[in-house]
Amino acid sequence: MTQNPSSAKSNTKLPFAISMSGINKHFGLVHANRNIDLDIYRGDIHGIVGENGAGKSTLVSILYGFYTADSGTISLNGTSHHYNSTADAIAAGIGMVHQHFMLVPNFSVLENIVLGHEGGVNLTTSMTKARQMLEDLSQRFGLNVDLDAKVADLPVSLQQRVEILKALFRNASILILDEPTGVLTPQETDQLFVILRILKDQGVTILLITHKLREIMAVTDRISVMRDGAIVAHLNTAETCAEDIAHLMVGRPVLVEKQWHQCDRGEAVVKVSDLSLNGSDNEANPILSPLDFEVHAGEIFGIAGVAGNGQSELLELLAGIIPPSGGSIDYHGQRIDAKTPASPLDIKSLGVAHVPEDRHASGIILPFSAAENTILGYEDAATSGRWNMFTSPALIHERCSGLMQDFDVRPPNPHLKSSLFSGGNQQKLVLAREMSARPSILLVGQPTRGVDIGAIEFIHHQLIAMRDAGCAIILVSVELDEIMSLSDRIMVMNNGKKMGILNRDEAEVKHIGLLMAGVK
Amino acid sequence: MRRPLPKWIDIGVMPIINIFAAFVVAGIIIALIGENPITALSVMVKGAFVYKGALGYTLFYATNFIFTGLAVAVAFHATLFNIGGEGQAMIGGLGIGIVALSLDPLLPPLLVILLAIPMAAVFGAIWGMIPGWLQAKRGSHIVITTIMFNFIASSIMVWLLAGMLMAPGQMSPETRHFAEGVGLLQIHQIANAIGIPMARSPLNLSFLVALAALVGVWVLIWRTRLGYIIRATGHSEKAVIYAGHDPAKIIMITMAISGGLAGLMALNEILGVQERVILNFTSGYGFTGIAVALMGRNHPFGILLASLLFGALYQGGAEIDFEFQTITREMVLMIQGLIILFSGALALMFHPLMERLYGMIAGPDSITSPPKTKRAEHG
Repeated sequence: MTQNPSSAKSNTKLPFAISMSGINKHFGLVHANRNIDLDIYRGDIHGIVGENGAGKSTLVSILYGFYTADSGTISLNGTSHHYNSTADAIAAGIGMVHQHFMLVPNFSVLENIVLGHEGGVNLTTSMTKARQMLEDLSQRFGLNVDLDAKVADLPVSLQQRVEILKALFRNASILILDEPTGVLTPQETDQLFVILRILKDQGVTILLITHKLREIMAVTDRISVMRDGAIVAHLNTAETCAEDIAHLMVGRPVLVEKQWHQCDRGEAVVKVSDLSLNGSDNEANPILSPLDFEVHAGEIFGIAGVAGNGQSELLELLAGIIPPSGGSIDYHGQRIDAKTPASPLDIKSLGVAHVPEDRHASGIILPFSAAENTILGYEDAATSGRWNMFTSPALIHERCSGLMQDFDVRPPNPHLKSSLFSGGNQQKLVLAREMSARPSILLVGQPTRGVDIGAIEFIHHQLIAMRDAGCAIILVSVELDEIMSLSDRIMVMNNGKKMGILNRDEAEVKHIGLLMAGVK
Repeated sequence: MRRPLPKWIDIGVMPIINIFAAFVVAGIIIALIGENPITALSVMVKGAFVYKGALGYTLFYATNFIFTGLAVAVAFHATLFNIGGEGQAMIGGLGIGIVALSLDPLLPPLLVILLAIPMAAVFGAIWGMIPGWLQAKRGSHIVITTIMFNFIASSIMVWLLAGMLMAPGQMSPETRHFAEGVGLLQIHQIANAIGIPMARSPLNLSFLVALAALVGVWVLIWRTRLGYIIRATGHSEKAVIYAGHDPAKIIMITMAISGGLAGLMALNEILGVQERVILNFTSGYGFTGIAVALMGRNHPFGILLASLLFGALYQGGAEIDFEFQTITREMVLMIQGLIILFSGALALMFHPLMERLYGMIAGPDSITSPPKTKRAEHG
């Protein structure tokens, strides 16, 4: 670990890089930040962890000038600051790398970095000056990027470097990184951590926002844990462990140990052969190159890969949302191919249920009540009359109450608007709806994205119970931990191609990471 | 301390404040041209409700607004802006005309009427479905196409009414009268027949059809499977595809229903009053339907209230126009415009103020400060 207690102690004499005290922020009825006191040592890598909705983003947004706090003070390097916009925060030496990069894809790296800091009417001279400065910077921090490359052509990890360079170019001495590893392979994550350590050695203070406990343990010096808008603990990383942090985040002990146990594999119920999908420019750039795999009853088939490598499209193909360009899918002997495509309804009738990746766009309709959402795609279950034409509110309500009870959805109020439920409870609603159809094949995309730890535990437990009951589960997730802890077999995808299928016992993170990066 | 408004204020009180504000501004303008706004208002109210037959006229106009307002509302539940109510109503009238003119020599009047009524809806539905198809399958924006379809409908009407449908031997662009008895009974006729004295007005049986349509739309949107899918389409097409439905089909069906409702407006004007097809019988009701739906928040009950308000404005406005030299028809249009402005475009203007006021009266919110309320309970 990176912890060095003696250096940490020597830092205490210096003023804090960031010192926030008594920060409060309300959004309407929500008290998003409660009396936050946070001191961050200069040159530290400081982690802020917490579940979704714990107030991490709000806190960071206040620090970065997106929001103004209702009360409280912020001082940077010992001087008190009061700023009203992000421009003020940048001027005060704060840089931020957002989870979703803020880059112009068809600009070069240099143009992107200079954007907003052109420094004069004459672009040529400022560009030359900027180039000089950036070459110094990249040498100093080991951030090698081709300044003339088009951003759209760069892999995600390099785009992230551009974002970091952009912040440093604006003289940031404090760097905030919001969920920086979400889009990276394990190897790229390690590379990022190397860069962060170099930055630290050069005196940059780093604030790392994440929900991945393993990473926060690996790279930070100190950790602040947030829950319900308040900071519940400040910890030295060396003196704590992942279980303790999880406990603090949730407020009760959490089972971090794996729930997986040996599966009882049945016959192959899903057979995919030569399945392919062309891109928008037709056959030149396929989204999916011909894929072959089989999934058996009673197993969880995990599909690993960095986001955007074709897994999402594969899931939509399997669910019938988009038709394949070539090859076939076989469910219980029913063949689906480009000539005889099947609609999502047809596929549903074959006993396939689908928990979509994007809960908010597809899985539920946010302005609808919970009850209304539990019949989405299963309208027959809630209709009466001769042609199943009329919906029965009583029936929908009763059905929803039952599902809420089975899946521990809180609050158990079927009338409540779906957007008012937490991410975890929304996901439980979707799972409840799909599992209530008693599918023999279950397609699951990102089951725990934006879901709190308590609900993750519950959802994983449900998936394993489904598997034990003989259901074939295809699980797509960008969380490698999730894939590793649930899957019986793992298929790794890169750039729309199958990189390999590994059995659980032969799968290790390093190997999978290489496959995710496209190295065989 | 601001506090979110409860539903009863939001739905019950806010519209009244908005309309009140519109009347205040209109009153100032009336005062500026040298008339007494209070007198003008009282003439308007009397003209809309009190004078002999006034209420009948108000309800007659309201009937038009109910149909066109519902048409806009149904489409809006699928986030489709149907600006084509005007054209769909015209074509609905054409449907009635074609049935009535071709069948009235052959069939008894009652049968002709029973055939003509659905034809108004069918013709309007087709005229609404074409832009729906263009939107769903070709991606042409529904706002643009429905507006253009108004012009096409208008041109078709001129072409037919000045041509093959024009009554022989006369100069005005209209068809011949339908045969005796091919028309809807007027309410005052019915009332008088059963012994209730009632002043003469054009209010006819279409009003009952309009009331039935209000209930029908409520059932459709909130109590049927189709309505559920229409609303789902309005919120998220992706979710509808995921659930296994075809949004293109839903868009076309929704536009057909919407067009059909607009087409039914022709019942009121053509079968209820004119008993022949004339040019421009829609006279802007289709467009005002947008304002009605906006004010009624796309809910049938709200549309009923908004239609009554607009009906009263039309009828009362005509009365003002008649009584005052200086207040013209255009001034009345301006008052309507102000109401649309305050209750539609500026609907949220008084919201922050009301939230603050409500916070002051009702005290701080119990959710953000639970200890206080608890103490109050114990004390």
